[in-house]
Amino acid sequence: MTSNLRAETIYFDSYDDQSVEAYLATTESETNVGGVVVIHHFPGYDEATKEIVRKFAANGYNAICVNLYSRESPGASSDDAAAAARARGGVPDDQLVGDVGAAAKYLRAMPNSNQKAGVIGYCSGGRQSVLAACSVNLDAAVDCYGAFVVVDRPEGSDMLAVSIVDLLPNLSCPLLGLFGLDDQFPSPEQTETLRELLTKNGKEFTFHEYEGAGHAFFAVDRPSYRPEVATEAWGEIWKFYGQYLSGKK
Amino acid sequence: MCTYETERIAVTGSAKGAQGWFRATDATIYYDHPVHFGAGHALMVDVINPALGPSSRVGIELNAESARELAMAILRSLDSVPASLLES
Repeated sequence: MTSNLRAETIYFDSYDDQSVEAYLATTESETNVGGVVVIHHFPGYDEATKEIVRKFAANGYNAICVNLYSRESPGASSDDAAAAARARGGVPDDQLVGDVGAAAKYLRAMPNSNQKAGVIGYCSGGRQSVLAACSVNLDAAVDCYGAFVVVDRPEGSDMLAVSIVDLLPNLSCPLLGLFGLDDQFPSPEQTETLRELLTKNGKEFTFHEYEGAGHAFFAVDRPSYRPEVATEAWGEIWKFYGQYLSGKK
Repeated sequence: MCTYETERIAVTGSAKGAQGWFRATDATIYYDHPVHFGAGHALMVDVINPALGPSSRVGIELNAESARELAMAILRSLDSVPASLLES
């Protein structure tokens, strides 16, 4: 059933008392609503990401996406902000963790919240989703094709992203991983390594790897979009969040 | 796939962006998902001046073949003029 929703741009004080821009979509349900922090992909806080935020609200969740580039690029178009962020090597991990933690706190403070908060991230946000779940107390995490979780950035790269293998023992919640078998960042071998590490650490997780899909198969506005795979994977997300984010805490 | 790899160079010159001309100080070059060009991947060049803010940017997205043609045309243009004219 599609829920009525309200969507808006907000500004709220993050972990460092800096005001950050975010896109908030809330469902009209009055009680026991789970929250989802959406982490946008490397190309930025764009229209397709805001559509994802609204999709969660239409499916009965409160959802928020922080514009991770708003500190350095306030008011800039999403593509200009993404280009500037790329030139800086991306977002520092401590800033990302702080922003996700503050966003989860914001969702849990909403009057209709059930005090449960999950996270989902796409592309670079996939790694950041795992990072956040290893650093903040969350109830469910989804990693959509995040690279550099188990390997460091390419040699010579100026990217800030490095492996977060050392943090995996701290994973605070169940993890759902959604990957394309044609992807190289992360490659199927890297996904297998992550599977082995999570198993070794006794963590609860479910991975789905899809044939005929590469990176960014959820991205409806890009040629990488794979509608059949994306539809199936969305089904896994609803099942996963239905299990871990619904009801009373 | 996202390649994440970015070449960054210092440049000297000017570029005309959405808000007019600005002094260009840097350029980033990468092969990744384009924003506007309807292809899975493209060669992107951003000519920027970070000190002036993210909107001081000229971005181009080209397929691999035309990016190579552009690069070679730039080199042919530079090679065809007397060396004395290349000093700035």
